[in-house]
Amino acid sequence: MKVNLKVWRQKNNNAAGKLVEYGLDNISPDMSFLEMIDVLNGELTRKGDEPVAFDHDCREGICGMCSMYINGRAHGPQTGATTCQLHMRSFNDGETIIVEPWRARAFPVIKDLMVDRTAFDRIMQSGGYVSVNTGSAPDANEIAISRTIADEAMDAAQCIGCGACVAACKNASAMLFVAAKVSHMAVLPQGQAERSIRAERMVAQMDAEGFGACSFTGACSVECPKSISLDHIARMNREYLGAKLTSENV
Amino acid sequence: MAPNQLSTMELQSKVPAGPLPEKWSRHKFALKLVNPANKRKYDVIVVGTGLAGASAAASLAELGYNLKAFCFQDSPRRAHSIAAQGGINAAKNYQNDGDSVFRLFYDTIKGGDYRAREGNVHRLAEVSVSIIDQCVAQGVPFAREYGGLLANRSFGGAQVSRTFYARGQTGQQLLLGAYSALSRQVANGKVKLYPRTEMLDLVMEGGKARGIITRNLVTGKIESHSGHAVLLCTGGYGNVFYLSTNAMGSNVTAAWRAHKHGALMANPCFTQIHPTCIPVKGDYQSKLTLMSESLRNDGRVWVPKSKEDAQKIQKGQMKATDLKEEDRDYFLERRYPSFGNLVPRDVASRNAKYVCDEGRGVSKTGLAVYLDFADAIKRDGQKTIEAKYGNLFEMYEKIVDDNPYETPMMIYPAVHYTMGGLWVDYNLMTTIPGLYALGEANFSDHGANRLGASALMQGLADGYFVIPYTVGDYLATIGPADKVSVDSPAFKQAEKRVSDQVQRLLSINGTKPVDEFHRALGLIMWDYCGMSRTAEGLKKAKVMIQALKKEFWTNVRVTGDNEEMNQALENAGRVADFIELGELMVDDALNREESCGGHFREEHQTEDGEALRNDDDYAYVAAWEYTGENQPEVLHTEELVFENVKLTQRSYK
Repeated sequence: MKVNLKVWRQKNNNAAGKLVEYGLDNISPDMSFLEMIDVLNGELTRKGDEPVAFDHDCREGICGMCSMYINGRAHGPQTGATTCQLHMRSFNDGETIIVEPWRARAFPVIKDLMVDRTAFDRIMQSGGYVSVNTGSAPDANEIAISRTIADEAMDAAQCIGCGACVAACKNASAMLFVAAKVSHMAVLPQGQAERSIRAERMVAQMDAEGFGACSFTGACSVECPKSISLDHIARMNREYLGAKLTSENV
Repeated sequence: MAPNQLSTMELQSKVPAGPLPEKWSRHKFALKLVNPANKRKYDVIVVGTGLAGASAAASLAELGYNLKAFCFQDSPRRAHSIAAQGGINAAKNYQNDGDSVFRLFYDTIKGGDYRAREGNVHRLAEVSVSIIDQCVAQGVPFAREYGGLLANRSFGGAQVSRTFYARGQTGQQLLLGAYSALSRQVANGKVKLYPRTEMLDLVMEGGKARGIITRNLVTGKIESHSGHAVLLCTGGYGNVFYLSTNAMGSNVTAAWRAHKHGALMANPCFTQIHPTCIPVKGDYQSKLTLMSESLRNDGRVWVPKSKEDAQKIQKGQMKATDLKEEDRDYFLERRYPSFGNLVPRDVASRNAKYVCDEGRGVSKTGLAVYLDFADAIKRDGQKTIEAKYGNLFEMYEKIVDDNPYETPMMIYPAVHYTMGGLWVDYNLMTTIPGLYALGEANFSDHGANRLGASALMQGLADGYFVIPYTVGDYLATIGPADKVSVDSPAFKQAEKRVSDQVQRLLSINGTKPVDEFHRALGLIMWDYCGMSRTAEGLKKAKVMIQALKKEFWTNVRVTGDNEEMNQALENAGRVADFIELGELMVDDALNREESCGGHFREEHQTEDGEALRNDDDYAYVAAWEYTGENQPEVLHTEELVFENVKLTQRSYK
């Protein structure tokens, strides 16, 4: 099949960027979207042009590195999938495909389709953990955790930290990302000791990073490759409010 | 002992004397401690932030050392440990089914075809129980029974249920646990993180590791980092085959450059080919996706009995479901009646290759076998199968565009894990004082074949429970003053070496993109140093790799500059190292005149085609020493001593 690409090219964070058009023939519908970009990059390199920079690593939908905004949607037209899990058979022969980076003030562009998501790491550092030193844990079966609770924690914990939620949100809010971690730990007994301070600190860091407010449109959850539910945002709001009412921290 | 052995260096494994179950406890007591107040005077460098790296950095920071942690990804959480699906073993015996530390030890030694050290493997089994405790305390949401206690499953042919899991995302949850511990230490100011930073050289002075040279992947800046010890937790080298289940960025560069400074590389030819991966579709393919081994618990592996039927299927004239029961060959069940579809990975892979080589493979390429769930669905109902494997079936359908509930899955073996790696002693120290290797980057625990759910166990064992003890002994011995400044000539010379190589790669200005060399290397390795090897093929491969190396350094095209994000440049350096490693793997495979585990030499097989070990001559670790550009590497051997297990021919019949 043939595709007509319009790809965001930007030399670095200070340079101005623009959409550049490329045509590709002989694309197999079985190719992944990133393999199609590999083909483009091979052609560019052979011509002596610079290949398109983009983040990718595991190419099986779990590392959270790939991050393309395709035809106006985070990770493209499929739901419940990352860019690397998208295949060319999702597009029509001859289709024009627009490829952009995540757009958010808190995710500055590094080059082309690659953005800086270290804000997420800083949010995790502000409280996304249980304070337990290596070696100090009790026997793993000491605490029984009901299957429902374990499943609920797992639903939240499977966030891959890709940032699609931020890219999909008109306010570039990181609520779904933060809520996934707050919720994962709030439902588990292991997370109770630091429950309040965690919610407070992670929300404060999220605000400090320049992410927008949540207006509950639900776009984040729709575009989330792991389909993380909005319920977690609701839980985080309760956690945060509860923490603020009782805590002297932050 | 092999006749061509050129041993000049005595490899000291430092496995302590004494009864097997007491070795680690005695050793821990014998190790020197660093006074709590002195710990802050030591700087430790950790390269790689997967299970081994993140757990090591977090644990050492908790003790009070100053850590610097480096990863090439944009965040430590993305290291490829994240992709492990199936689970993590631990000898908890929660199921009361006869498991014990000794049984886990025994299974691992046997599964590795008796090419690993007893002492190391027993320690691994011992600390496995603490790993589960630690991960649960961190909030890792392992699967649970209705009563709220932890669930287990049997995995990878084990006859006990000792595998802990978190849906099909165990690696992800364990890594996020270690990442959270690491993040906590970043917040405490004990770890400084360097994401998007790649180690390009090791700095040596006075025979010790003193630090590393890195390139900032965003700015291109070449930087020096000095430390009292350097821990390489950089994973395996499966991407030498280009197509593998590894992440695209997984590479051997840090380990290889340490090797060039004198760290011996052990058993590099021991690579694991995983039997259940999605088959190759076309030459554009960039990676292979693993389907968890747990699928073999319920799926039946088969191909058509006749070549004629296989050809019809390959041409699309016939479907799998059209084939009658009596025309199908369930070849694993037929050849191995007692283990059936659950034989170890190396055995399953090799047999899939045989039936495809006979022309009985399926799919357009003829390089695939069926993994059929029809019987399991009939027996247990689709709901049960969906609950067990739903996410895997979904993943398969996304990639292949075929519904595995209705037609059998197609699978083929793919490179998955490398058992070989940097040689380390019982303390995980390489042959360079102060340089350690943890996790998949070292060679130590899996022998010639790794069992399922053991990689996660080893990465975390090394990082949480081994290195915090052993690195302290080294640091206490050298003292805080024994550190070299980044302004010293050793660092300046190393920086220059790195800059020179970068400039050289940029100035070749040839015609071929880096990827083309990588693909070419991968094909050579897969054809001649893959699932089955011959002396003739290996010799041919060596010549081909040498020619490829020459062409690479005269005809590669790397566009752009150093002073910017330049992925082609990053890749060029990695592929250059893979080419050199590939040649060493071929040498190692040629030297090992036996078949064991994942290393199958066609010259050495039993009458019915099983691997034939040669314990008299090859019960050793082959550790290779770099002697200079284009010079043959020198072989050193470490004799493997078995005091607690009897070496037997593995039989899964």
